[in-house]
Amino acid sequence: MSTADFQSALNPAASESAHILHLFWTFFWVTLVIFALVAIFLFIAILRNVRRAPDDPQLAILPEPAQESESRATKVVSALVVITVLILFALLIGDFFTGNAIYATPDPNALAIKITGHQWWWEVQYQDPQPSEVMTTANEIHVPVGKPVKLELQSSDVIHSFWVPNIHGKKDLVPGHPTTTWFTARRTGEFRGQCAEYCGEQHAHMRMVFVAEAPDAFSSWLTAQKKSAPEPMSDSQRHGREVFLTSKCVMCHTIQGTKARATLGPDLTHIGGRKMIAAGELLNTRDHLASWISNASALKPGVRMPPNQLSSRDLNSLLDYLESLK
Amino acid sequence: MKPKNVCKVQRAVPGALAGARPIELETARSTLNFLRSCFPYCLFLVPFLFVSCEREQRTLVVQPPSAQEALVQQMTDLAPGPEHNKPPSVPNVDENNSWMMSEGKRFYEAYNCVGCHAHGGGGMGPPLMDEKWIYGHEPQQVYATIVEGRPNGMPSFRGKISNDQLWEIVAYVRSLSGLTNQWAANARDDHMKGPPPPNSVPQGTPHDSSEPPPQ
Repeated sequence: MSTADFQSALNPAASESAHILHLFWTFFWVTLVIFALVAIFLFIAILRNVRRAPDDPQLAILPEPAQESESRATKVVSALVVITVLILFALLIGDFFTGNAIYATPDPNALAIKITGHQWWWEVQYQDPQPSEVMTTANEIHVPVGKPVKLELQSSDVIHSFWVPNIHGKKDLVPGHPTTTWFTARRTGEFRGQCAEYCGEQHAHMRMVFVAEAPDAFSSWLTAQKKSAPEPMSDSQRHGREVFLTSKCVMCHTIQGTKARATLGPDLTHIGGRKMIAAGELLNTRDHLASWISNASALKPGVRMPPNQLSSRDLNSLLDYLESLK
Repeated sequence: MKPKNVCKVQRAVPGALAGARPIELETARSTLNFLRSCFPYCLFLVPFLFVSCEREQRTLVVQPPSAQEALVQQMTDLAPGPEHNKPPSVPNVDENNSWMMSEGKRFYEAYNCVGCHAHGGGGMGPPLMDEKWIYGHEPQQVYATIVEGRPNGMPSFRGKISNDQLWEIVAYVRSLSGLTNQWAANARDDHMKGPPPPNSVPQGTPHDSSEPPPQ
């Protein structure tokens, strides 16, 4: 799949984006035909007048048109105005029905996901009536195919905008004003979302991984994510956890099952299982993770994570531990 | 030319445009002359462009700390306090920078200083917006208090907060009682209105408490 496919409104994967694409092509073809007609008639008009141009440019003045051609022109222009209004009205009706289809009241049983925009990452919380079943992750959204999903959007700092082009249009995340949007994914696939409202230095690198998968795969993913972080298996991993809990990490991050409970940065309970780090910017490899921990602002200037000076043994143990958090 | 047959629209042929050009040129020239005559009078505005440069400077790439431990002045062995050993005042560059002070404010809330000190009014911990300082009001003393912790509840944040962030918090804490430059203060509070905004009211002279530390 090329880049144009996994972040493209022209390759819909949900009912909503399909509706929007349908409307887009309708507008596109209608306006294209009208544009072509206007261009052709304009060209004809120019050619006719150029042919009649007198030699002396100072006398380039049009003669008064004859009475009958004047009245014919009035009729033609009036008819064209009426046709234009009718076409615009038809497009308006199409727009109305599309809006109605994608913003109809959502299914009350929809899967509710709360998304909080931060500078510059996405906090994703899978809601559940049972508080112990609420699951928090970051920068990675999985949804089941065929089930309506309701997104509750909010922001902790500035205005962001949630946009996965293959799934739906944009929806702003406004601080202090929760917004809602919903969609139903129709086919499996992995897509990329992007913040669509300028929100600061790293706005362009505020991305997310969006995975639409079969309901079975989704529920097993969700069950795994709800578990606490696995216990460290080796000495190195145990030391890594010790480093995590006794250094700066613990001031901002959460790892469920440990004493790290801060919510300023992304939840790291299952960081080892994520595809990307740094808000969809870097592949989740040991190298990237190491340079991110050592000096994140060298990779993303302006990022809120401070540099961390760790000895190589501590850093390696920490990486061992983080990679074990599947 | 017969006026009866004249239509006011000129043809859009190059010749007609050439006829109109001198007038446009003249307009442009007079506009330019006008701007040129205004220019000397506008020069006095130039210094204002640089007035708040320093106040708003921010660094996007934070340099990694050197390997050595952050410098903390140990004041005494047992009871750190201003009477025993007052360190010389070190300038904290963050106090002249509104961005860094607002960052300090963010960390003050994020690292849960608010949990005990509230937004300066105090609670479980002593208030920070009055002029009384138990362990000294100099930037270095405030820094040492945060890093080392203090008796009766103030935890040590050594190794938990990066050095840059610590100095930003120090700047914000000092701004709460009006000890930093007023022109660099962040004037607006995002939380519910409680105390007046940092640096908005003149405070008494800061004095380091002569009372013994709370038991």
